[in-house]
Amino acid sequence: MNASLPVFDVRNLQVNRGGSLILNVPALAVAEGEILVLIGPNGAGKSTLLQTLSALAKPSRGEIFFRGQKIGAEIPLLQYRRKLAMVLQEPLLFDTTVYHNVASGLKIRGMKRDEIEPVVAKALERFGIAHLRDRSARTLSGGEARRASIARAFATNPEVLLLDEPFSALDPIMRETLIEDLEKVLRETRITTIFVTHDRMEALRLATRLGVMNAGEILQTGSPDDVMNHPANEFVASLVGVENLLHGKVAKKKESSIIVSVAELDIEVTGPMEVGEEVTLCIRPENVTLLPVLSGTIRPERNTFRAAVDKITPMGFYQKVQVDCGFPLVTYVTNTSSLELSLKEGIEVLASFKTRALHVIRGASSSLVSEPKSRGSSLQDT
Amino acid sequence: MDLILEGIKKAFWLLVSFDPEVLGITLLSIKVSGSATLISLFIGISVGASVALTRFPGRRIVVSLINTGMALPPVVVGLFVTISLWRNGPLGFLGILYTPLAMIIAQAVIATPIVTGITLAAVQQLPAKLRLQILALGATRLQMLWILIKEAKLSLLAAVMAGFGGVISEVGASIMVGGNIKGYSRVLTTATVMETGRGNFDVAIALSIILLLLAYLINLVLTQIQQRERRR
Repeated sequence: MNASLPVFDVRNLQVNRGGSLILNVPALAVAEGEILVLIGPNGAGKSTLLQTLSALAKPSRGEIFFRGQKIGAEIPLLQYRRKLAMVLQEPLLFDTTVYHNVASGLKIRGMKRDEIEPVVAKALERFGIAHLRDRSARTLSGGEARRASIARAFATNPEVLLLDEPFSALDPIMRETLIEDLEKVLRETRITTIFVTHDRMEALRLATRLGVMNAGEILQTGSPDDVMNHPANEFVASLVGVENLLHGKVAKKKESSIIVSVAELDIEVTGPMEVGEEVTLCIRPENVTLLPVLSGTIRPERNTFRAAVDKITPMGFYQKVQVDCGFPLVTYVTNTSSLELSLKEGIEVLASFKTRALHVIRGASSSLVSEPKSRGSSLQDT
Repeated sequence: MDLILEGIKKAFWLLVSFDPEVLGITLLSIKVSGSATLISLFIGISVGASVALTRFPGRRIVVSLINTGMALPPVVVGLFVTISLWRNGPLGFLGILYTPLAMIIAQAVIATPIVTGITLAAVQQLPAKLRLQILALGATRLQMLWILIKEAKLSLLAAVMAGFGGVISEVGASIMVGGNIKGYSRVLTTATVMETGRGNFDVAIALSIILLLLAYLINLVLTQIQQRERRR
């Protein structure tokens, strides 16, 4: 096994269904031990990509190389599929006991009964379902069934694990404990994983690399931190939780920064853009701070604006506050801070954000696809 | 009323005395209908599962033909099997007309569409993604088919019951291709028809009771298996 070769190397992959292009991935490489999490809305092509990678769906065009071998040509499909394990959205357990479910992949591979026993026992133990061994899969709760389904995938000791939204439709507590267990196992085994989800928090928990998909294309991949803070375009930004997207025009160029005029207010940011250029500013809500309006004169800080509180939405541990500074801003405020600020709809506050918490995207349109150059990384680092 | 009471008494006597002729007829019925059901299971499950899992042009027509086949009139089957096995017919060289084998063939023709139709519906009812999951577990296509059939086993028990029930009770085809020859091709239904025609209601009632008991016992066993599985 050549460690320097990527586990997956996808080239010009296209899938057409019913005359329309539903997946178009010009290039994607997944390295050994990587946990690539793909997020995107429903219909983004995430599941199609997983199914194509696992040779369960035929691509209309393109090639997939597994450790340098072209699948279906240099490596037979069955042999290839037996190196992978896939967990789908529903547990899809067989109508038999938990033990026989977890053993099914091994039986399919023709493994002997006495060899299967210890492997299954370990998989059951690992996912905390050893006590359910002889229970019928039909009598399991949603969380237990999910565990059995993941244990079944792990039992075959796959080289790659493909997970297609395995935690959807679970209640938050079950989801949390299951993610914790999976996280632990993935860390221990260092198994190469591609995980598909539409849940941002799930993605950030597990990913060593994050990819954002929409309309059959991968819009951006990068470290979770990079994608979160430097989205390549507005679509990625909104998907990774950038709730403030401000459209403006570069008004002035200073030595180390530029001034962007948004609704006739000046916002200072760092960026290589030229005067007159249209830009979109991305500000994560957690990077916006609200301050009380103190009486007397205040020294005007950079990127601090008088704002009226428009709407306060309680979110449990925190509040989502929408303010109007001439342009709308969304911010998260802890319940304690809200009390300290005596936040109420209609009152005046100061809204402030740091220059380095801003990310600038060229163009002010809401086009979903970024310039080709920006694919694979953000446009610029602020 | 006396006639029926007399019949039941006689039937009871025939049953408890293990009348050799009645016993022979019963055993042949089980043998013929059992074999026909087995053949129909083999063909029906393979064809039903294959049609359920594949998409091809004209599939709807095939499915509706299978569904129509579920209501195939036994006399029509009897007629065509007779013609086929007739001395000058396409299969006349086999020389099996008026034998239990011919009856097995005719009954298998009746039961196969029933088993095929129920299998088709049962396999189609399985979650669509189950196939993907089985293949993702590393199964060959044949292994996938086998696992899917196992997953549909409860519905397939219904197919066994319907198939066996359909052939053990049919008379038209059996009498046409078997000839109702005493001690050779006489089964419960054909004997009942003959005895009723002769006015031997007591014997006819006895045979009917055996037929009912047989159908009931076999379905009881299969239902037990089915319900036990469902409870698990």
